[in-house]
Parts: sequence; structure tokens; C-alpha cells
Amino acid sequence: MAQATSTKERPAAQPVRKPLGRGVAWPVAFYRSAVGKKWVMAVTGLMLLGFVLVHMIGNLKLYLSRQDINLYGEALRDLGGHLVPHTSLLWLLRGGIVVALVLHLHSAVTLTRLNSRARPDKYQAPRDYIAANFASRTMRYSGVLIAFYLLFHLADLTWGNANPDFVRGDPYNNLVYSFQRVPVAILYAVANVALGVHLLHGVWSVFQSLGINNPRFNRARRLLAQGVVAVIVVGNVSFPIAVQAGIVDLECPHTDPVAPCEAAAASAR
Amino acid sequence: MSEKMHMELKVWRQAGPGQPGRFVTYDAPGVSPDMSFLEMLDLVNERLVEDGEEPFAFDHDCREGICGSCGLMINGQAHGPERATATCQLHMRKFSDGDQVTVEPWRAAAFPVIKDLAVDRSTLDRIVEAGGYITVATGSAPDANLIPIPKPVADASMDAAACIGCGACVAACPNGAAQLFTSAKLQHLNLLPQGQAERWDRTISMVEEMESFFGSCTNHGECEEACPKSISIDFIALLNRDYVRAQLKQRRLAGQSFP
Repeated sequence: MAQATSTKERPAAQPVRKPLGRGVAWPVAFYRSAVGKKWVMAVTGLMLLGFVLVHMIGNLKLYLSRQDINLYGEALRDLGGHLVPHTSLLWLLRGGIVVALVLHLHSAVTLTRLNSRARPDKYQAPRDYIAANFASRTMRYSGVLIAFYLLFHLADLTWGNANPDFVRGDPYNNLVYSFQRVPVAILYAVANVALGVHLLHGVWSVFQSLGINNPRFNRARRLLAQGVVAVIVVGNVSFPIAVQAGIVDLECPHTDPVAPCEAAAASAR
Repeated sequence: MSEKMHMELKVWRQAGPGQPGRFVTYDAPGVSPDMSFLEMLDLVNERLVEDGEEPFAFDHDCREGICGSCGLMINGQAHGPERATATCQLHMRKFSDGDQVTVEPWRAAAFPVIKDLAVDRSTLDRIVEAGGYITVATGSAPDANLIPIPKPVADASMDAAACIGCGACVAACPNGAAQLFTSAKLQHLNLLPQGQAERWDRTISMVEEMESFFGSCTNHGECEEACPKSISIDFIALLNRDYVRAQLKQRRLAGQSFP
């Protein structure tokens, strides 16, 4: 019988990355490693999640009155009151969010590139995934979608470039003007569903990447992710629906944003 | 149950490392449902030899699920459709008469194809070499059970030690990551008192060796499903935790190296 195998050359696996390097400061060494990057991704993801949650809860003031949400916006600028310069604490928070976002994106891009080097040849036959779900398989796409949406969102409601009726300091009416445009309302809803899909895997993944693991609560981690996603998506998507349905409507535009509507209207007359 | 099945086999043929490969379809009549998957491959190979063709290469050794030599991507799943089962213990009764079965080698940068379905998995050995050991005092054997170990701890360590190093976790991972293998080889020692002396150096060394050749974990959980020993991704969480703690400890003080 013929010998089944005869191999003249033995292949050798080539490293997919440069050595991590000894002797560098430990935070640098830590961030260079993929496990460290995942840790950073989890921590920054938690920071961004905290922002999204607070942002959504704050925006619920939309349902109280124009004065309520506009005063809330003003209070954010006035965080710390007279103890610190005006808007300084807000800028500190914004700085933290921007740093978290940059690190989150940087680790995502570098790890994605590492992973494609680690699996250069795809399976030629179709794969049959068992555990990987839609959310986990589309993290990079939902992430990119959210990033681009974020730019529009800032241009629309923070800087005002994408909102012709933008009035600085009147978030209530800015938001109503914006969401009265049907494409914007749809875009906002779609982006928030993408955010929900991203968080469905992300929130669970945080526990795993940070090594928060205990048989007592392991089963609850997926449930927590689903709960967080439900709260954020329902809360956020309700805003464009409320505007489109006319539940939230323009209130005395082009008057003092933080005065009660009747008084503001009267003084404008 | 002894009715023979007629299968169609699509096998990846590749002459050698770095060579182009392709699927070749083989007719496989007369397959007994009681055969293991490897016996079915033997059957097809024997016919190829009789016909004067070159049989396809695949790795196998113990054929009882403990050596970790066998491992094939069968219909898009590592080790085939049966959970917690290595290819050698997958029986043909899990398939139906007339099925087309696609067989592909593990694919990862760290697992270059040697030939056909056989891949080189020595990168896994390198991870173990980097820190998969403990230090013991030589001399007469110590009394058994001298060190009390809580039963759940011993159980968890044994669960990790069940790893046979087949590489299915890497093969199943969309990122070609070896986190499940490394975490099993790391935690079966890190969990036990005997593994504490080298714990933090072991963690850093093994993780760094792993990262030289493999991708990163994105917590899909495909590896756990593919694992013939059902090793839990909980061990990956423990690896992540130990790596952060090891980095914080950094016992490599100036001029010293922890053993």
C-alpha cells in the first residue's frame, strides 16, 4: 500500500504581530497586548454606555416641557455652579467621552486588523455558526454606522450646521425642528436600533473582557444586556416618534429658551 | 442499523504548504452508520489507493477522543455536527444517506496546512512551553493530599485540564484566536495552590506567546461550542482577569526576574 503522506517541507507559522517588547512602561505594554486592548475597549465602552444612558434619561425631560429640558441643558453647562468656571466641568466630561471614543475606535480598528492577519485564508466552504449571533458578528458594522451617525447628530443638534432652524440654547425646539424632517427621524431610529444591536453584544462582552465572572450571576449577564438595550432603544426611539406623532410640538419658538412659554411669549409681544 | 449509506465527500486537497488547494469530490458508497468519521475517511482512502490515486492526508492517532490529533472542519463546523465530540468519535449515523459532506482543514495563520487536511499546530505547543509548568521540589514524593484544595476548585481545574489541544477553538473562532486553549492551559495551573509561584509570570508569558501567532477574542463563544471537551469560555474571563492583575503586579523589578 502506498504511503499515505510524504511531506518534504514542514511549514512554519509566521508571527502575526511584532513582539510586545519588554522594558516599556506597563500601561504601554498593557495596551499593546490584545487582551489589554479588549480591557480598554470594555472600560471605554462602559464610559460611552454611561453617557448614552444619562443622555437618554436627561432627554426624557422633553416630555415635561420646553422650559424643563432647556433648563436641564443650561444646568449641564453650569455643572459645579460658582465653584468652577462656567462650562468647565462639562468640557471635562466631554473630554473624557472623546478620549474614550478615540481609544474605543483605535482598539477596535487595530484588533480587527490583527484578527484578519490571524485568519488570512477564509474557509472555502460555508461556515455554520452556532454561538455567534447577528449582534456579535456585526459589531464592526454597527460600530461604524453609529460613528457616522454621531457626526451627523453633533452637526444637527450640537453645532447646528445640519439644522437650518437651529437656535443655540433652545434644544427643545432644535430637536422638534430636526425630527419633523421625516428622513432625519428615520435615520435617528435606525441609528438607535444599530446602537441597540451593538450594545446587545457589547454589554455582555464587557463582563467577559474584564473577567467579571461568577457562577452566581453569569446567567444574568445576557439578561442585563437585553434590559439595558430595551431601556435605551425604547427611550431614544420614542423621541422621533413623539415628534412625528405630534405629541411633542414646537413651543413658542424664537423666545427666551428658559422662560415659561406664556411669559416668554408675552415679553416677546 | 446496518444498512449502508451512500455519501458524497468534498475533500480539500492541497499538495503542500503554501500551495494552491481545491475541493475534490469523492463518491463514498458502502458507509456503515456505525463507522466513525475517520473510519469513513479510511474507507474512501483505501479505495483511492486501490485505484492507484494518492489518498488524502489527515491527522489522527488515538481515535478515542483524548489525544487531540484529529480535527476537521466538517460541513462548516469544527469536529462536525455532534457537540462535545472529537472527529474520531463522530459517528456516521449522525449523517443521512445521500448527504454531501464537506471536509476542510483548520484554517488560521498559526496553523499552516502541511498537506490536504493536515495542519501544523506546533504554535499551541509554544504557548504551553512559555509557561505551562509548575516548579516542584525534587526528592522523595510528598504525601498525597498534603495541600487541601476545595472540591469546586479542583473540579474547575480539572475541567480546564480536559483540554486535548486539538485546535478546534482556533478553527471555530472567526478571528483565529487561541483564547480558549490558552485559558485552559493557564487556568488549570493558576487555579491550584501548586500553580501560584509562577502564576503571574506564567500568565504574561503564555498570553504574549499566544498573541504572537493568534487573533484576539471577541466573545462570540464559537470556541466553547466547537470544543470536544466542552471547555467553558468562563476560563477566558479568568485569563483576562489574571492578565490585568499580572500587569499590575509586574514582579519584574529592576535586576530581578521572578522565576
